[in-house]
Amino acid sequence: MKLTLGNVSRPGESPVNETGSWRTSNKPRFLQQNCIACDMCALHCPEGCIYGEEENTYINDERYCKGCGICAWICPKDDIEMIPEVAEDD
Amino acid sequence: MPEVKEKAKGKDKSFDHIFSSGHTACPGCGQSLAVRLVLRAAGRNIIVVNSTGCLEIFSSKYGESAWGVPYIHSLFENIAAVASGVESALKATGRLDDVRVIAMSGDGSAADIGFGAISGMMERGHDVLYVCYDNEAYMNTGIQRSGCTPFYARTTTSPPGKVSLGNARPKKDLPQIILAHGVPYVATASVGYINDLDKKIKKALSIRGPKYVHVHVPCPLGWGSDSSRTIDIARMAVNSGLFPLYEVDHGDMKVRKIPKKVSAEEYLKLQTRFRHLFGKDGARDEVQQIQAVADANIEKYGLMSK
Amino acid sequence: MTRQMLQGCRAISEMVTLCRPQVVSAYPITPQTVIVEELAQIVADGRLKAEFVNVEGEHSAASTVLGASAAGVRVFTATSSQGLLLMAEVVFNIAGMRLPVVMVNANRSVSAPLNIWNDQQDSMAVRDSGWVQLYAENNQEACDLILQAYKIAEDHRVMLPVMVCVDGFVLPHAYEMVDLPDQEDVDAFLPPFAPMYRLDPANPLTLGAYAEPDKYMETRYMLQETLRATLPIIEEVARDFSKSFGRPAHGAFEAYRLGDASTVVVAMGSMAGTIKEVVDELREKGQKVGLLRLIAFRPLPAAALYDALKNARDIVVLEKAVSLGNSGPLATELRALFQGRPASPGIDGFVIGLGGRDVTMEDIRGAVSKAQEGAVDAEFVHLREDLELEGVNA
Repeated sequence: MKLTLGNVSRPGESPVNETGSWRTSNKPRFLQQNCIACDMCALHCPEGCIYGEEENTYINDERYCKGCGICAWICPKDDIEMIPEVAEDD
Repeated sequence: MPEVKEKAKGKDKSFDHIFSSGHTACPGCGQSLAVRLVLRAAGRNIIVVNSTGCLEIFSSKYGESAWGVPYIHSLFENIAAVASGVESALKATGRLDDVRVIAMSGDGSAADIGFGAISGMMERGHDVLYVCYDNEAYMNTGIQRSGCTPFYARTTTSPPGKVSLGNARPKKDLPQIILAHGVPYVATASVGYINDLDKKIKKALSIRGPKYVHVHVPCPLGWGSDSSRTIDIARMAVNSGLFPLYEVDHGDMKVRKIPKKVSAEEYLKLQTRFRHLFGKDGARDEVQQIQAVADANIEKYGLMSK
Repeated sequence: MTRQMLQGCRAISEMVTLCRPQVVSAYPITPQTVIVEELAQIVADGRLKAEFVNVEGEHSAASTVLGASAAGVRVFTATSSQGLLLMAEVVFNIAGMRLPVVMVNANRSVSAPLNIWNDQQDSMAVRDSGWVQLYAENNQEACDLILQAYKIAEDHRVMLPVMVCVDGFVLPHAYEMVDLPDQEDVDAFLPPFAPMYRLDPANPLTLGAYAEPDKYMETRYMLQETLRATLPIIEEVARDFSKSFGRPAHGAFEAYRLGDASTVVVAMGSMAGTIKEVVDELREKGQKVGLLRLIAFRPLPAAALYDALKNARDIVVLEKAVSLGNSGPLATELRALFQGRPASPGIDGFVIGLGGRDVTMEDIRGAVSKAQEGAVDAEFVHLREDLELEGVNA
């Protein structure tokens, strides 16, 4: 890794840090049943890790999702629920 | 159906990712969300000047920057001056018509240590938008009291104890102080009302001269609230009257009226920083004092329709 | 080239104007104020096309030029004493961020007690900041060093801020015949500022990132190595300057009658003029005395200093500063550079001229004699005997 003069950094570096590893208790499950593609979940995600196009296509990027639960709280159609984080071998 | 409804087309369209994932803000951090929204409203043709604080630490580690726009962090208390310098350089080289300068800090920087510099910048009339993210304490250093810490809040330097009930002073009214400088645009906003925030940022950036937007942002860690309730709590602060939403555009004030009033107690109960105000005998008298602050705001700003 | 009788502040401001900074920001403090006032008039008359930002304090003055430099323009600021101390945090920050800011510091004593007159305690207090520090003897040299400062600072091998120190009141307020170069010659010597990194939406960068323990040390090492590597660049720029403008530029230090000197006075700044008179006088009497006038205090030209001083028997350090609790900074650093080397002259340190107290020829003669007689350290020259000092001798 090169150290620049004055520690100048560049855009798009932070994704190297996969904050999804922070989750210990809950994570969102996107039911994709009654979703109206209002985009509220995506707009309210502090990580910016929710993506979607049309109805019932919205999903989070688990590499970065910290499990805060704001998306589940804000969804007007209750189409996101918080479920326990399970270990990989369960 | 919300007013702003953008169908995301493709993976990266929600925010243009001017602020990328992988930043190290706490889960549910109101400030991190507010920053995304401010940048979404502002676009890419900006230069961000940021003080030391939570935002700076969680977004600008060397080699892990989340910033997709030009960004500078210098010190804790000088961002208004650094922004003045950036703006002056743009002015001197004829670039000020194309590029907007946005200074961003927390409440500690804006209300306390950096206050002098903000006052100077506003007085000199630099074409800079100053956005203050108010989470009501010095959060980055572990929750210490700032000038914007509200009545009776627990912080580590205003803890409740045998002879104390927490912070004994009201919130410093930064927006009104900035307004007294005679600047063209001052607004309060909340991360709980993202469309309102979006409009105010866009409005501010359309005005030339010094602008100030004070954004209320719950801090789950510092306030002791559930990370999933960040938006809920932000809205309650607004609808209780404790954080009035208004804007003053060239002297013309508009407020956001409260559709359904929320009691201060309801708002306070969701945050452990106020837990000491509630005992087995119910709420203490101090809760009434906080209600009185809310009611005074409602009166002063005309927040309820008569 | 125009040769005219100018007040120092006027000469300095004219030179700054010739260097074409585009953002100037400063705050009034005696004895720097006169420089900034001259610049304000120059900008008001349209002779310098710059944004002149009247800030609310020195911390903001330094921060404003920091921001402007980061946005890619050439800048200028000036201060003294308390102002320099107030902006000290920003001074360190600017060097760490590798911004080529040029500052004139009108050297003045530090409070308390309050004193507005000249000494060098202020710039000494920030010697660890990573700035290049150059000390001028007279106003001509002050002007010449300002031009060289921009050239050194903006060199991509350097990219560090430079402080040109001028003894407050003694230089900015005094009148002197000064040669000011023509704009075309300055432009030829100093091309437009080409930053390596700047704030620009067309190429977004993050400036001022934080560094954890796994990177901070290397970043500071980069500063240290760059400062060391700046020494030959100071010489290079001085040579180029002499060639371009036909005037001597000494580089890191001036050797005055140093060749065969067994007693060498080492000093910085304007008092060197008086010292040269004493050197000449003593030489008339047959004493082999010389002066080494240090110009670059940072980076310290340690190797060159050793070579220049190794044949002396006595080194007499006269400095307008003291590191309270120990010795004079310059004396301390000179002693260190002889450590473990073959030559071992006696190095005697004197603290002189604090708070604007005149440095007289008698003072200098006295210091030289004393140094030749025995070891002296951090001796305050010519303290008044009629004053009782509570807690010390009364």
